Amino acid sequence: MSERTIELEVLRYRPEQDSEPWFQTYKVSCPEEWVVLDALNYVKDELDRTLSYRWSCHMFVCGSCGMVIDGEPKLACKAFLRDYGNRIRIEPLANFPIERDLVIVMDDFMEKLESVKPYLIPKEEKSIDQGEYLQTPAQLKAYKQYSMCINCMLCYSACPQYGLAPEFIGPAALALAHRYNMDSRDVGRKAREDTVASHEGIWECSFVGACSEVCPKSVDPAGAIQQVKLTSAIDYFTSWLPGGGSR
Amino acid sequence: MARSHKAPFWFLFAAGGTVVAFVLPVMVLVTGIAPTLGLFEGAMSFDAMSAFVGNWLVKIVLFGIITLALWHAAHRLRVVAHDFGIRADAPVAGTVYGLAALGTLLTAIALLGV
Ligand code: SF4
Repeated sequence: MSERTIELEVLRYRPEQDSEPWFQTYKVSCPEEWVVLDALNYVKDELDRTLSYRWSCHMFVCGSCGMVIDGEPKLACKAFLRDYGNRIRIEPLANFPIERDLVIVMDDFMEKLESVKPYLIPKEEKSIDQGEYLQTPAQLKAYKQYSMCINCMLCYSACPQYGLAPEFIGPAALALAHRYNMDSRDVGRKAREDTVASHEGIWECSFVGACSEVCPKSVDPAGAIQQVKLTSAIDYFTSWLPGGGSR
Repeated sequence: MARSHKAPFWFLFAAGGTVVAFVLPVMVLVTGIAPTLGLFEGAMSFDAMSAFVGNWLVKIVLFGIITLALWHAAHRLRVVAHDFGIRADAPVAGTVYGLAALGTLLTAIALLGV
């Protein structure tokens, strides 16, 4: 295996001793096959046990290791060293407060996620004896793409609107609302619409599209938001008709 | 949370975006660039154009193209102001939509006058 010495410039912030974030450089000899997460794990195991970052699965499933690598939000387990130069800058996700080093405070995201009721709201609860809710392949296809989200928050880090207006509910939560709205087993669209079609919801989005570019699971949250805008705009007009709309 | 009233403006913006992308370049080519190159000489004469725009269907189509483009531009400017960090949304929206409304009125007057 070919090896190369890489300088990792890692943002450090330890609230009990640092008044502001700073960069620490680690020199690591890395096999070309490594991803950035491997290099960080090497630092943690061999060079500096005080470095803090989140990770779990190492296979783009858990969504924990999101960070900004050379200016772009990435999963550290999906950022292959062969795509980078000999100096790599590693920062925590943008638009979130830093808890420690590369670990961000995600409370705001969790609140927003909850606000869109991201769970099935069926027409009537079935008991287990009554069996499954059946779905055709076409009904599955209608929402499958949006169900691939791993809550990695890369899209929030990339979204300039979220940076400007922190009250914006944001790409992943809105895409997830769409995911349940599109599910044939779900009747919760009206219940979600008060949040989704508010100022802080879809209408705060100006369709920059950065979220869809950085999404590691090809969820296309920007596309989801555009679709929701269309249905919500139609709702808005039909709501003025007698008996129409979901207001 | 209160439902937003951006929906109707977004609708005009979306429709206008389609018009601006697909129709406006052709209009600019046909009415702006082509005549300077000496194309469609007879067809672009004042008399021929007046007669053309005198048709009701043409009036309606032109009204749609021009006003939708205006509303598209207005909403885009509102968003651009927001992107530049101007948080006074209400006065910005009032100004740009006001201009679009004025343009809509003037378009109607001009077309009805032909
Ligand atoms: S939509 Fe994509 S980028 Fe955003 S949280 Fe989900 S998986 Fe991550």
